[in-house]
Amino acid sequence: MKLTLKIWRQENATAKGSMQTYSLDGVSPDMSFLEMMDVLNEQLMEQGIAPVAFDHDCREGICGSCSMFINGEAHGPDRLVTTCQLHMRKFKDGDTIHIEPFRAKPFPVIKDLVVDRTAFDRIQHAGGFVSVNTSGNTQDANAIPIEKADADKAFDAATCIGCGACVATCKNASAMLFVSAKVSQYALLPQGQVEATDRVLNMVSQMDEEGFGNCTNTGACEVECPKGISLENIARMNREYLSANVKG
Amino acid sequence: MTKLNAQIPQGPIADKWTNHKNNIRLVSPSNKRLIDVIVVGTGLAGGSAAATLAELGYNVKAFCFQDSPRRAHSIAAQGGINAAKNYQGDGDSIHRLFYDTVKGGDYRSRESNVYRLAEVSTNIIDQCVAQGVPFARDYGGLLDNRSFGGVLVSRTFYAKGQTGQQLLLGAYSAMNRQIGRGKIKMYSRHEMVDLVKVDGKARGIITRNLITGEIERHAAHAVVIASGGYGNLFYLSTNAMGSNVSAAWKIHRQGAYFANPCFTQIHPTCIPVSGDHQSKLTLMSESLRNDGRIWVPKKKEYAEAIREGRLKPTNLAEEDRDYYLERRYPAFGNLVPRDVASRAAKERCDEGFGVNKTGEAVFLDFAAAIERYGKEKAHVKGLDENDSVLVQKLGKQVIKAKYGNLFQMYEKIVDQNPYETPMMIYPAVHYTMGGVWVDYNLMTTVPGCFAIGEANFSDHGANRLGASALMQGLADGYFVLPYTIGDYLSDDIRTGAISTDSPEFEEAESNVRAQIDSFIKNKGTKTVDYFHRRLGKIIWNKCGMSRNKEGLQEAIAEVKALREEFYKDVFVPGTADSFNEPLAKALRVADFLELGELFAKDALERTESCGGHFREESQTPEGEALRDDKNFTFVSAWEYKGEPSKAKLHKEVLKYENIELKTRSYK
Repeated sequence: MKLTLKIWRQENATAKGSMQTYSLDGVSPDMSFLEMMDVLNEQLMEQGIAPVAFDHDCREGICGSCSMFINGEAHGPDRLVTTCQLHMRKFKDGDTIHIEPFRAKPFPVIKDLVVDRTAFDRIQHAGGFVSVNTSGNTQDANAIPIEKADADKAFDAATCIGCGACVATCKNASAMLFVSAKVSQYALLPQGQVEATDRVLNMVSQMDEEGFGNCTNTGACEVECPKGISLENIARMNREYLSANVKG
Repeated sequence: MTKLNAQIPQGPIADKWTNHKNNIRLVSPSNKRLIDVIVVGTGLAGGSAAATLAELGYNVKAFCFQDSPRRAHSIAAQGGINAAKNYQGDGDSIHRLFYDTVKGGDYRSRESNVYRLAEVSTNIIDQCVAQGVPFARDYGGLLDNRSFGGVLVSRTFYAKGQTGQQLLLGAYSAMNRQIGRGKIKMYSRHEMVDLVKVDGKARGIITRNLITGEIERHAAHAVVIASGGYGNLFYLSTNAMGSNVSAAWKIHRQGAYFANPCFTQIHPTCIPVSGDHQSKLTLMSESLRNDGRIWVPKKKEYAEAIREGRLKPTNLAEEDRDYYLERRYPAFGNLVPRDVASRAAKERCDEGFGVNKTGEAVFLDFAAAIERYGKEKAHVKGLDENDSVLVQKLGKQVIKAKYGNLFQMYEKIVDQNPYETPMMIYPAVHYTMGGVWVDYNLMTTVPGCFAIGEANFSDHGANRLGASALMQGLADGYFVLPYTIGDYLSDDIRTGAISTDSPEFEEAESNVRAQIDSFIKNKGTKTVDYFHRRLGKIIWNKCGMSRNKEGLQEAIAEVKALREEFYKDVFVPGTADSFNEPLAKALRVADFLELGELFAKDALERTESCGGHFREESQTPEGEALRDDKNFTFVSAWEYKGEPSKAKLHKEVLKYENIELKTRSYK
């Protein structure tokens, strides 16, 4: 396949960026999107052009590093995949592909397609945990049975990979899907109940402080989420938040 | 010359750890505040260690090259974590987990460490549940288990095919709590580029900020290396793209012995290579072997027809299929250990029975499981067990609930539906049992420098059993190192803060700058990946699933020559003081190019076969690995002497006092 690639290039956080056009030949449909980018970078280096910087690591859809906005969609046209799992068979010979970073005010560009997502970490520092020490003296793991349906829902929420596709997709750059996934995981488990009130208040407050926008229920985040995190989590977080505020 | 002393406590094996904990020195809470510890790597081992050390009161600085500690490669572990809970009442015990692990490792691991691992395994599950890790549960609300290779019990706890993710996020949450309290200072997008020793003790590291290129000095009273394994030596592996040996190799160059480098795990169930563009390989969890049956056609003409697309595997009659693992190993069947399953797949493919275009793939088939589960479900629901459409539908639902994410991953990569046609799989490099030599306290031969998790060598011998890597990472980080490091640090309560303004830091920093500078100025013609790929080919072809003297000698010479060529002709674009991934890679590949030679040298020296290390010269008439216990019941610990060819071999003789050395049999 022969492709025309229009890629966002930006030297560093303070530089002004722009879209650059490159053409690439010999792309196989079996390549992953990032392997296509590898081939482009080898070609660019041969031509004495700086390779395109992008985040990537596990390349199997679980680490959450990769973060490309492809043809106007977070992680590209396929559903329930990250950029690294997107394959070139989803494109046609002669296609023009637009590749941009995940854009949001709380995700400043570091270089080219690499963005700074440490705002997500800071939200987790505010309450994304159960306060239990690793003493080795916790009670037996089977001491508290947990209803399978709740355990499964907690697991589904916990599969969030923290990639930021939800934020990049949202017209308000809201992080509600991300934050609610963590809040929900703990809200559904007895171990998370003790600090539920503080957790939701602290995490939401940090989320606002980082400059993420509000949720207006368009649902785009759920559509683009590579792990299929459900909007139900946002509803659950809203309930938790409301009841936390009532409790004070 | 340091003599290797593993510091194994006296007494019966079941009491060693308890006695040791009772006797080692402690640091008081008020003194812990005066002590700094550096942890390099934030996977299961590093993340759990950093969190626990901070909980105890030490000042922790944690480093990872990823943009967040949550992205360490432990995240990708799929199948599960072992623990001797015996919730299933199927005869499991600490002793049995200990025995299985030593036997699975083909009797090349240290008894005392493995026993301790089995002992603390149960704590891990309790701890993780308390942290809110959502393990799979049954309808009664209790924890569910599955089986993994090389064992006859169900002791593996899991969270679908994402167990590593859930456990890592558990450790990450424990870290977050401490980061929030200010007890861990987190440095993400930072890579350790050297260890700094003062008066012979590890006292800090030099790092490179991967965003700005800044070279930084960090001091501490102890340095913990939790940087994972070195499978990317092979270029293609199931490791993440950034996984590397550099932290471990830097401490090796500073005096930490490197143990059993040639002990590599080649995992039997990975998605086969599809072409030259391939950047990495994807694992299909071993848990799939609970339900999947591995086969190739019995006759070569059928294999050829399948390769050429003239015959569909689903159309090949049952009697024309060779379920070769069930045939060769009736007792363990499809659940033989990984090394055995990998070699058996290679043997069939080498004989011409491979089933994909390249001839390097075998089938992993779920048709029988779908039917079995479907019938079970139909029976339970009181429906017609002979309605094949219904049985198929119900059976697929069960398989989807168990392995849904793995099947989806397979379909996305291969573009085939594994519910309808068998998966194609082939072995790939997955894990390295070898690593930095450590004593019972997990300290390396550099005082104050510790190595935990996959980065060390101690628990898995010559072959790791499935679901044991997660167990070891968390055991080391949550329950072992936090005790043993205190014994060392109790000498440091009056030392005071370590200064970075010393000649040792000065020298280490200037060496790093010189190396980076030489890469940037080197106007070579070939990219870093070009060299990495070539290195991988040499190691895979000559030090892969099967090794011989001639090939290993060639590998040593070829890697050495490639290393020289690399320094002459590598091209690194960009500048030193910016985000520059090719530069970061060049620094890592430089270390792989040294490790590769030591790896081959170690494999050459060990003329026996054991576990994942298969020397063609040492096999039984049936083609099974043949150990040489008389001459090789030891750990090879290599001391750095300027370059890999001069590395000096030290032997830690392994004593088996609780388990009899036997020929490993899974028949």
